Amino acid sequence: MNMAVQSFIEIGLLADIPRLGARCVRTPEGRIAVFRTADDEVYALEDRCPHRGGPLSQGIVHGSSVTCPLHNMVFSLKTGEAEGADEGQVRTYPVRIEGERLLLHVDALRALGA
Amino acid sequence: MTEKLVIIGNGMAPGRMLEHLFECAPDAYRVTIFNAEPRVNYDRILLSPVLSGEKSFEEIVIHGDGWYIDHDITLYKGHKIVEIDRAAKTVRSEHGEVASYDKLVIATGSAPFIIPVPGKDLAGVLTYRDLDDVEAMMLAAKSRGRAVVIGGGLLGLEAAAGLQAQGMDVTVIHLMPTLMERQLDPAAGYLLQRELESRGISVLTKASTRAIHGETRVQSVELEDGTVIPADLVVMAVGIRPNAQLAGEAGLEVNRGIVVDARMQTSDPDILALGECAEVGGATYGLVAPLYQMANVAARHLAGDIGPVFADQSTATRLKVTGVDLYSAGDFAEGEDREEIVLRDASAGVYKRLVLKENRIIGAVLYGEAADGPWFFDHIRNRTDISDMRETLIFGQAYQGGAPLDPTAAVAALPDDAEICGCNGVCKGKIVGAIGEKGLTSLDDVRAHTKASASCGTCSGLVEQLLSVTLGDAYNPQAVKPMCGCTDLGHGDVRRLIKAKELKSIPAVMQELEWKSSHGCAKCRPALNYYLVADWPQDYADDYQSRFINERVHANIQKDGTYSVVPRMWGGVTSATELRAIADVVDKFDIPTVKVTGGQRIDMLGVRKEDLPAVWADLGKAGFVSGHAYAKGLRTVKTCVGSEWCRFGTQDSTGLGIRIEKFMWGSWTPAKVKMAVSGCPRNCAEATCKDVGIICVDSGFEIHFAGAAGLDIKGTEVLGLVKTEDAALEHIVALVQMYREQGHYLERIYKWAKRVGIDEIREQILNDPERRKAWFDRFVFSQKFAQVDPWSERVSGKDKHEFNPLATLTLEAAE
Ligand SMILES: Cc1cc2nc3c(=O)[nH]c(=O)nc-3n(C[C@H](O)[C@H](O)[C@H](O)COP(=O)(O)OP(=O)(O)OC[C@H]3O[C@@H](n4cnc5c(N)ncnc54)[C@H](O)[C@@H]3O)c2cc1C
Ligand code: FES
Repeated sequence: MNMAVQSFIEIGLLADIPRLGARCVRTPEGRIAVFRTADDEVYALEDRCPHRGGPLSQGIVHGSSVTCPLHNMVFSLKTGEAEGADEGQVRTYPVRIEGERLLLHVDALRALGA
Repeated sequence: MTEKLVIIGNGMAPGRMLEHLFECAPDAYRVTIFNAEPRVNYDRILLSPVLSGEKSFEEIVIHGDGWYIDHDITLYKGHKIVEIDRAAKTVRSEHGEVASYDKLVIATGSAPFIIPVPGKDLAGVLTYRDLDDVEAMMLAAKSRGRAVVIGGGLLGLEAAAGLQAQGMDVTVIHLMPTLMERQLDPAAGYLLQRELESRGISVLTKASTRAIHGETRVQSVELEDGTVIPADLVVMAVGIRPNAQLAGEAGLEVNRGIVVDARMQTSDPDILALGECAEVGGATYGLVAPLYQMANVAARHLAGDIGPVFADQSTATRLKVTGVDLYSAGDFAEGEDREEIVLRDASAGVYKRLVLKENRIIGAVLYGEAADGPWFFDHIRNRTDISDMRETLIFGQAYQGGAPLDPTAAVAALPDDAEICGCNGVCKGKIVGAIGEKGLTSLDDVRAHTKASASCGTCSGLVEQLLSVTLGDAYNPQAVKPMCGCTDLGHGDVRRLIKAKELKSIPAVMQELEWKSSHGCAKCRPALNYYLVADWPQDYADDYQSRFINERVHANIQKDGTYSVVPRMWGGVTSATELRAIADVVDKFDIPTVKVTGGQRIDMLGVRKEDLPAVWADLGKAGFVSGHAYAKGLRTVKTCVGSEWCRFGTQDSTGLGIRIEKFMWGSWTPAKVKMAVSGCPRNCAEATCKDVGIICVDSGFEIHFAGAAGLDIKGTEVLGLVKTEDAALEHIVALVQMYREQGHYLERIYKWAKRVGIDEIREQILNDPERRKAWFDRFVFSQKFAQVDPWSERVSGKDKHEFNPLATLTLEAAE
């Protein structure tokens, strides 16, 4: 897919992600985790915990948060910020739902590459 | 720029220093620690409760292994440093490990003093300093023989009380006329002696040791007056001597301790020393409060802030012997310019004495009722003029200002800078502030956030009173611990209500039990999922999104995000075909590490997630099923070879192990379950530290349970002896089912057994055949739904989405 032309790019269907679950998108800049909440909201975060690099896509999703599978830090899916007593920030990416299709914002991706 | 910080010694002082350092300069240093003791940093103060059996070692660890990993610290356990080369700026351990430093911190603590009498080197003569000493004492105590403790100071008396609690017959020999003469005046020393004697500990004062006798082991202690006291164990606790030799050999200035300035710097600008080994202003210290002050100063110094300096402070002591209430602070020697106030209540066994100088308290000794200790100590440190309250001073805080106050009101009346926790130097204001700001509601919370009462614990009562002053009715110390922030109910209530109200799905539980969050959290969801699976095997559909990743993908996540795969090898038995199949899989998928596990299985580590289904497909073709090495469920049944091959074997332990494993695999349990079957009491399968174990004997099968060999180490309890293999299987299965229905999520069998009681379990499983049968039948029923190989399910497409990326994007022309 050529990302230079469009800034929102289709990555799959909403139904591809289980509720309270996540899937990954591979990019040249690393993995991005796309989460789906119980209310069908979708969020995209870098799939790397700032603590020790845990794959957040493998964590348990609850409310609009995810718990890292390695040492249980909790991050807000909305802001990427660590919750509770911990500190840390994960990069977030805009995603849009159009009908059934999921679109990921690519400028954000490129900014990461730059 | 990151500099190299090397620390010699891993005791309480440098541990605290690092905490401060990581707070004020998190990235300034890359830290390497060498510790002669082969373990992490623990609370040495609490060795006595470990000795008396009131606490386990795990409960007194200050920094677990994870903490060192989190801070990227290299910790060499069991490496004693034997040389500091100041020219090359390196240190060398006895094993030849060399590390170079930019800054070096020496924190070697001190060593027990050994009195130079004949026989001091005999086996059975110990000192009291570290965990090894405690373990040696506990081992010796198993004989229930006689112990002699030389030294009637703080350490000696704590050792004596601990050994007595372990069942030994104890005599304390003390050189001085009264006990603990450094902390107590003669009157209090006398009361203490009487109390110890009434508990059955013999105390000999003014007694000097002439020799210790024995062939190879100690047999008796002889005093100067010729008295001979039989002894199977001798503990010397006669004082400590700072460990300054290493520093001296490196040419640093040493006196009694390593000489440092008020900023903890030694005579070499790149070397600091702190803790018991350091000498500041001509004094060395042996209590943690001043050492923690040194830790703070040293951390700031290392962070580049040379402002703070160490200042001598008075210290307070308590004796940590359960049931003895004793407090001593400051200076209480008599003198021309001093006055004293004494209160005695003979019937209640209370003695209190305050020493005054120029209308200020300079010393306090309290025996029998020590709650006012910190209040007096506060006045000592603040140099309060007590003229106005002189008349009632000795009655304590409650009597100041009219009517007696209740203890909570007394705490409420303390000023904000009153010290609550002496060990960790935490004042009232800090605790109250943390309770408010961080929303703390329990003693544990306060410990986690402020460290108050996290060391010796004697101020726990004060902290609880502060909680109740600050939170009012909202503080309920007896409250059951809620499962998590989503509910006020504890695990027990939730389990009970799931059954009573027949709740059969996670949403139903959350609705009916009024969950406070919409979809729970990572703590309660896996627990609820387990409870529902266990209680409604037929009706409940497992919720995969509520399982931890390992149980979702049926492999163990590793620190780099790859997985490890362990196929089941029934009873630990394998074959050429199986091994060949494993070898092929390893080659085909380029699996970097293959390792044999402690449970007699083969572990393939470093498998990419995408490869998992294909790996399982190949293993499945060779007849393997998942080994559930990731599961809160039946893990492994370890066996020895038994009567088929072993000349000592009494029964077919291998066959029984395989039978149990084939019967029970696939079942989910509150926490992992590991089993073992040994063919004879030599116990080669190590069945006596497993969750469930069997020792085969000539007359049948001895069933064990509730052992542990992980963070906790605990031998098993014996359930009983049964005659046949069938009976053994029935008992074990029934026991595990009882645990499955009653255990709290993540609670291992030994903890569950402690909670419900060994006797209750024995009653239901061993003595009541009907109950046993009912447990057994329910297990068999649930297995109908559980014994499905998760690997083959996934090979045939289940949860396919777990293993593939949603999309792969490339950045064409974007650069
Ligand atoms: C049973 C007991 C009860 C106590 N109760 C109290 C109490 O109630 N209140 C109180 O305030 N204090 C109490 N103390 C004293 C308190 O525990 C000590 O003051 C404190 O732990 C000292 O800390 P440290 O870091 O200076 O040294 P330590 O904790 O002794 O640590 C020194 C470490 O350095 C290691 N080491 C030594 N030489 C080398 C070398 N060459 N290379 C590598 N490593 C080396 C040692 O193995 C040791 O682990 C008690 C002590 C004991 C033993
Ligand atoms: S890697 Fe995420 S919490 Fe440690």
